Amino acid sequence: MTAKPKGPGVTPSQTIGPFFHEALAWACTPVASDGDDVRVEGVVVDGHGQPVDDALLEIWQPADAAAHEGRLAAGFQRVATDAAGRFAFTVRKDPESAAVAHITVFARGLLRGLRTRVYVGAGPSEVGELLWLDGLGDVPSPALATLVAVARDGVYRWDVRLQGDGETLFFELL
Amino acid sequence: MADPNPPLRYPDYKSTRLRAPARTPFPLRVSERELSAPVFRPSLFTPADADLTRQSNGEPIGQRIIVAGRVLDADGRAVRGSLVEIWQSNAAGRYAHNVDQHNAPLDPHFPGFGRLLTDDAGWYRFVTIRPGAYPWSNHYNAWRPAHIHFSLFGSCYAHRLVTQMYFAGDPLLELDPISKSVPEEARDRLISNFDLSLTEEGVALGYRFDIVLGGSAETPMGL
Repeated sequence: MTAKPKGPGVTPSQTIGPFFHEALAWACTPVASDGDDVRVEGVVVDGHGQPVDDALLEIWQPADAAAHEGRLAAGFQRVATDAAGRFAFTVRKDPESAAVAHITVFARGLLRGLRTRVYVGAGPSEVGELLWLDGLGDVPSPALATLVAVARDGVYRWDVRLQGDGETLFFELL
Repeated sequence: MADPNPPLRYPDYKSTRLRAPARTPFPLRVSERELSAPVFRPSLFTPADADLTRQSNGEPIGQRIIVAGRVLDADGRAVRGSLVEIWQSNAAGRYAHNVDQHNAPLDPHFPGFGRLLTDDAGWYRFVTIRPGAYPWSNHYNAWRPAHIHFSLFGSCYAHRLVTQMYFAGDPLLELDPISKSVPEEARDRLISNFDLSLTEEGVALGYRFDIVLGGSAETPMGL
């Protein structure tokens, strides 16, 4: 299945700019875990490894309305990076299998939202299978590794590197 | 079809130099998961959320305007019940945001943001005041053209769009790297136009701005 290709009239993207916080805060969900949720934490950095303190991440992990009753829209989270470029969100994950969430990154200096994914798994084999099913099995390892959240002390760590060393793998959705 | 979107790296817009990915994004077929979209319950919204002139106990300064249009997909179908969020500077060109320290007055009656769900025909309608231009440090004597930020979801997560709406005839458009990053043939899709049919006698000038949401460009071989 593919999304429709762009027709001649599709509205182009522009940067989100640095002044979005108050406007979008109403949908910035506080991070609370229930049941099958795991916490993912990380930092957004730029091409010099400096923290990006004005980025917005959106997390999409489709769920039926019954899940996460407190959320404004089931399956959706929004979080702005703090002054140190840090963010946190939750991913719904069965203890026995890997999970994936779709991420879009917006910021000043980004003329389009960047599309990526985070694969959360207890181990490389679990995540590997999901990557293959998602059609990413042929992507070279270093790039693929940027999509995988690594567990450390019960918390999954996943950073977004916008440019350069360890640059996160971003997608063009077809 | 040519991709109407700006490139990621656009050196004239200086912030892209350290933030734009160096690698070309990896083409990836959307998954089933990206063919659905977040659904926001109508009960979350009140009419006042779409009126930026009524967010306080007094009226904001500036030219009252109505900004309205239809949200459509690339096949011309209405995008119904879909979240639209906007934000903007006040009439003096100052944002009610702690990062904006531009030497222009804040308006205590203008927080400068709103939201709504499109109706059954894909229409949205905001009441606001016309934003002012503001200076930024991208280059010498740089000013952003007057603009309203738009954030849209659409019926499919892959169609998520954040963009900016400009005003026809603004002389700053020819000088603005952010709007000029868009391929020339697509640039007019970011421009709103005065619309007498949206104008309300004695109340507000109307501006029409339709938005078309779509997926990425086809690969050269087509899909």
